Amino acid sequence: MSWFYMAWRNLGLKKLQTTLSLILLAFGVGLVSLLMLTEKQLSDTFDRNIQDIDLVLGAKGSPLQLILANVYHVDAPTGNIRLVDAQKVIRHPYIEEGIPLAYGDNYRGFRIVGSDESYLEHYGAALENGSINKAPFEVVVGHKVAETTGLKVGDTFFSAHGLQDETDVHTDKTFTVVGVLAESRSVVDQLLHCTIETIWAVHDGPGEIIDESEREITAVLLKKRNPLAVLTIPNVIRETNMQVALPAIEINRLTQNFGIGMNTLRAIALLIMLISFASIFISVYDNLLARKYELALLRTMGSSRRGVFLLLLLEGGLLSFGGATLGLIFSRIGLLVLAQLIQDKFRYDWSSIGLLHSEWMLFGMAIFVGLMAAAIPGISALKIDISRTLSEK
Amino acid sequence: MIACNDIAFQYHTDSPVLSFPNLDCSKGGKLLLLGNSGCGKTTLLHLMCGLLRPRQGKIEVQGQDLAALKGKDLDRFRGEHFGIIFQQSHFIQSLSVLENLAVPHFLLGQSFPKTKALELLESLGISHKAQAKPQALSVGEQQRASIARALIHQPSIVLADEPTSALDDDSTAAVISLLEEQCAFAGASLIVVTHDQRLKSRYNNRVELKPSAS
Repeated sequence: MSWFYMAWRNLGLKKLQTTLSLILLAFGVGLVSLLMLTEKQLSDTFDRNIQDIDLVLGAKGSPLQLILANVYHVDAPTGNIRLVDAQKVIRHPYIEEGIPLAYGDNYRGFRIVGSDESYLEHYGAALENGSINKAPFEVVVGHKVAETTGLKVGDTFFSAHGLQDETDVHTDKTFTVVGVLAESRSVVDQLLHCTIETIWAVHDGPGEIIDESEREITAVLLKKRNPLAVLTIPNVIRETNMQVALPAIEINRLTQNFGIGMNTLRAIALLIMLISFASIFISVYDNLLARKYELALLRTMGSSRRGVFLLLLLEGGLLSFGGATLGLIFSRIGLLVLAQLIQDKFRYDWSSIGLLHSEWMLFGMAIFVGLMAAAIPGISALKIDISRTLSEK
Repeated sequence: MIACNDIAFQYHTDSPVLSFPNLDCSKGGKLLLLGNSGCGKTTLLHLMCGLLRPRQGKIEVQGQDLAALKGKDLDRFRGEHFGIIFQQSHFIQSLSVLENLAVPHFLLGQSFPKTKALELLESLGISHKAQAKPQALSVGEQQRASIARALIHQPSIVLADEPTSALDDDSTAAVISLLEEQCAFAGASLIVVTHDQRLKSRYNNRVELKPSAS
């Protein structure tokens, strides 16, 4: 026998009320926790892939689309730009480095991106097997791609035209896997990397000769040398079909737009949590009224006022602990479902379900408020007139 | 063992003062407090175990003046020295009968003698209800279960408030005999507060309470 056991059994006496309080709190905590996890995964994904990319040069269109397509590879590109025009920008004194990208094909839904070694170096990608691609049609496979498709060094495959569609297969151009990358938890995990010349070769018609000045690429990831680049480069490219977008600003705008929805959901979740705390209060208060005689009885058997108070506090604590724990479990289930959708759609891995610092805070707060909700009727219990209560029945 | 002298009690300043005759019950002794409804039987019982404080007079239990005890010391003293059987049976509804019997020991921080508890329930004829919830028991069974709970921790004094009010003649005799046996076995004093005239002949040491107001 213990206070804990007694509190546990008391909660079990009113199963419906206890279940309702638990579900309400679990739902509220679960929703807040899921939002926290989603925001964390989103910001981690953004931060990991944005590293040191100050500007993205690409075809005119939506700047956000330019960023999403060329930094995160989750959207279609805005179009192509001429390599010679792009090189002018890369060679600008305000620009320290420019990483050219060209793509338009996929293998089983994973993008084949043509670039140079600096792209892999930029994300700190290391080889797990094999070597870096040098010759045309050699590819280095990202960790996630290798894991999903089973591609390994020495394997060959055909690419399909488009970024997801697998119907228009270039059966005349064979790619060979020369290397597999170790996991970097960045965008390169879900890409197949080859040279830009390979991308051109795939799309050149048989015997077609294309003037080098007409060669096109999709985008260039730029790192600035001088902060004035942000103001200067747009003027440099004004007369071309190109634009530059600032990832930091576009992502900030995106998260702000997301934020409105997130804040609405957060408000709803907090409201549900408030209702659940009210439910705990009602549950404990109702128990107090119904069990006034029991509490008086405990006092006659030697329990101090503090013991009775502790019992009610434990009931509230158990409810809030159970609800908050269930909530965190629910949020993990929610995240895993969401991760599967993200995985299917965008190839990003969102399955990290570790407990965030903010979730510990949420957990602690839920238990604290639950205890407070129980403390109010608990204080009333301290004032019970034992003699009168026992004489009333 | 327990002595009450010059006890007077008043619920509120504007309510009548209840005066009680002097009482004395020795260790292992028996005392019957007989009186009709409204004469303050339950009030006196609550005064004796410290649930109420007298306006005047002194209550001594095993040489301890109850007025000198306060707060948790008084709570513990009550738990340790008294076993109380109420007119209406009160239980912790979420616990089984056996678990209810474990509560006094838990509150006193003592280990629960489960075998002894089962034997006690057996002697009261309700061992088959040990695992049942109190609400599943009949009124008579509930009364027996509350007797078991009052005796389980071997208190010095057992206070029984109308213990036989819900029982028929046969059960009354059986329950009172058992109560007396158990108290005698434990060396506990038994104070029975009742209006049940059937018990009058069983007790030599008895006090008849009369309504008093001043």
